[in-house]
Amino acid sequence: MADGSIGLWTVPLAVLGGAIRVSTPFLFVSLGECITERSGRINLGLEGTLVMGAMSAYGISYLTGSPWLGVLAAGITGALLGALHAGICSLPRVNDVAVGIALMLFGTGLAFYLGKPLIEPTAPRLPAIDFGWWSDIPQLRAALRVNVLFLIGVALAPILYWAFRTTRWGLLIRTAGESSDAARAMGHSVLLIRLRATMVGGFLAGIGGSFLSLFYPGSWNEGLSSGQGITAVALVIFARWDPLLCLWASLAFGGAAALGPALQSVGVTSGYHLFNAAPYILTLAIMIVTCSPKRTLTGAPAELSITR
Amino acid sequence: MTTEAADPTEAVGAVAPAADPGFLQRHGTTIEYILIPGAALAGALVVFGIFVAMFGKNPLDLYFYMYYGAFGTWFSWQNTLTRAAPLILTALCTALPAQLGMVIIGGEGALLIGALSATSAALLLQGMPPLIVQIAMVIAGVSGGGLWIMLAGALRQYRGVNETISSLLLVYIGLAILNHLVEGAMRDPASLNKPSTREIGAANMIGSIPGTDVHWGLVFGLIAAVAAYILIYHTVFGFAARVAGGNIRAAKIVGLGVSKLILTICFLAGGAAGLAGMVEVAAVQGRTNANLAAGYGFTGILVAFLARQNPLAIIPVAILLGGISASGGLLQRRLGLPDASVLVLQGIIFVFVLASDALYGRIGFLKGKS
Repeated sequence: MADGSIGLWTVPLAVLGGAIRVSTPFLFVSLGECITERSGRINLGLEGTLVMGAMSAYGISYLTGSPWLGVLAAGITGALLGALHAGICSLPRVNDVAVGIALMLFGTGLAFYLGKPLIEPTAPRLPAIDFGWWSDIPQLRAALRVNVLFLIGVALAPILYWAFRTTRWGLLIRTAGESSDAARAMGHSVLLIRLRATMVGGFLAGIGGSFLSLFYPGSWNEGLSSGQGITAVALVIFARWDPLLCLWASLAFGGAAALGPALQSVGVTSGYHLFNAAPYILTLAIMIVTCSPKRTLTGAPAELSITR
Repeated sequence: MTTEAADPTEAVGAVAPAADPGFLQRHGTTIEYILIPGAALAGALVVFGIFVAMFGKNPLDLYFYMYYGAFGTWFSWQNTLTRAAPLILTALCTALPAQLGMVIIGGEGALLIGALSATSAALLLQGMPPLIVQIAMVIAGVSGGGLWIMLAGALRQYRGVNETISSLLLVYIGLAILNHLVEGAMRDPASLNKPSTREIGAANMIGSIPGTDVHWGLVFGLIAAVAAYILIYHTVFGFAARVAGGNIRAAKIVGLGVSKLILTICFLAGGAAGLAGMVEVAAVQGRTNANLAAGYGFTGILVAFLARQNPLAIIPVAILLGGISASGGLLQRRLGLPDASVLVLQGIIFVFVLASDALYGRIGFLKGKS
């Protein structure tokens, strides 16, 4: 089938492809942040974690030749940054929002510093699974080339949903997030629970970063992430701290983010930058609609500083 | 009753040492505010030295070139002060709302919108006397940036939207608007490689302070910082803002107009950052393009936190961080460090400064103050 024959269908197809491809980092960061925020702490530094994850994944993949080792390295880097965040927040009278801003700047700076030699070389990328083999339309096939990380992320959302509700760890995290006094009365260290929750959150955000550099867009440069991390943090708020809603929200965001490039590919170039800003505008619009000054958000962990 | 009667004597006993406080105790708070951030800064420099040493560079060379590139010569002083000017203004964008307990980190967006508004004003008024154009640029820059951050404040007050996240989202939206206009409606057809607006004209540039290469933006910054200090600490309005920042419910009970406070403070904060954008256009770039997103807004957040949100303390801190960024070029040339090393150092300083918050009121020899 010729390219031209599907005409304007290119746009919805590209948006579908984007929803699958672009949503993956949103998905991982928001699920990670969901765990951290459920434990009663907010980590705004995940933007920095995402960039550090992307850089370390690319570096390790280039040095070892194995992209999966890169993914692992990105996760470990993210967990270490999470531990740093949690460690500083454990000190008395330290504000977690401010520490997040600091780690956002620190993570981005460190990634640019260490990643300087990585801009030129090409590292092995993550493989894709071809789900579009049955179709003749090249755009549809391109849209359905799915990365394994996306599938892992999609599986992770219901698993987390289930884990929060039924497992011991889920209950502990929620207790720490709803009432630190209750967790302490049960004989658990709130700081330790939050440390672990922030490290797991950082691990997932780092993996989200590895997707950026190892699959889509699939290279390392300093403009790789422009605010995806912070958008994902905002996304958790209107997903009401629910992992399943995080999944749908991430898909919607991926689609919105793919709108600009999709329209450009069919020749609509005016407003390119505005369409690129669609995820941020969407986030803001949804926050305006769903937030209210009169009540705290339903589902908000009571210990979370930004909702009080 | 007898047990209660014992209490006052005990209280007097506890107060007695304070009746004859030493110098350290009397000025304990002030000393803490200088000593603790200073120690955090020193700690950060040591860690950065170790970091650089891991890449085979001599940390002592690093410190020398940092000092030399920042404050070593008259030339580097001028470079430092030129960079400090926008930092003072963008730091106010975080420090003023902080008085109300709000964390605004969108100074970069207000700077971009301020620059865009100021450029538009200058381009609309081409041919008018320069002074009128410049005044219009200031008004446009301040109102553009001011309304941008006021939007974040209004969303917080009327819709309960978290201002930290909304102000950061507004940075990316502001950058998109700037790129959209610079590559579209406002583009100078002659700017091929780097899409830009038309130039505001050499006559309309605000120029340098006589005898230096430092532009007048530094004076704007100093005036704004002093004005902000007077506003916050020596006016009824500032007192009301600090009351509301300390306890929002108490402020409402005594009848303070919290909405008005939030909107005004956010407008002034964004206005300061917008003025930084106007200064960058009218003193450095001469036009608007993507070069303006140089990160002054983000460094301003660090300046505000390091200055503990005090408008007067912002001035020396901005000069210090302006110096660090001024030395970046020398570090690149002499030591072969990447340009991102300034970002790494800023990040380390930020982390240390926040961690040092835990130290206030815990330093042994400063204790015992009232």
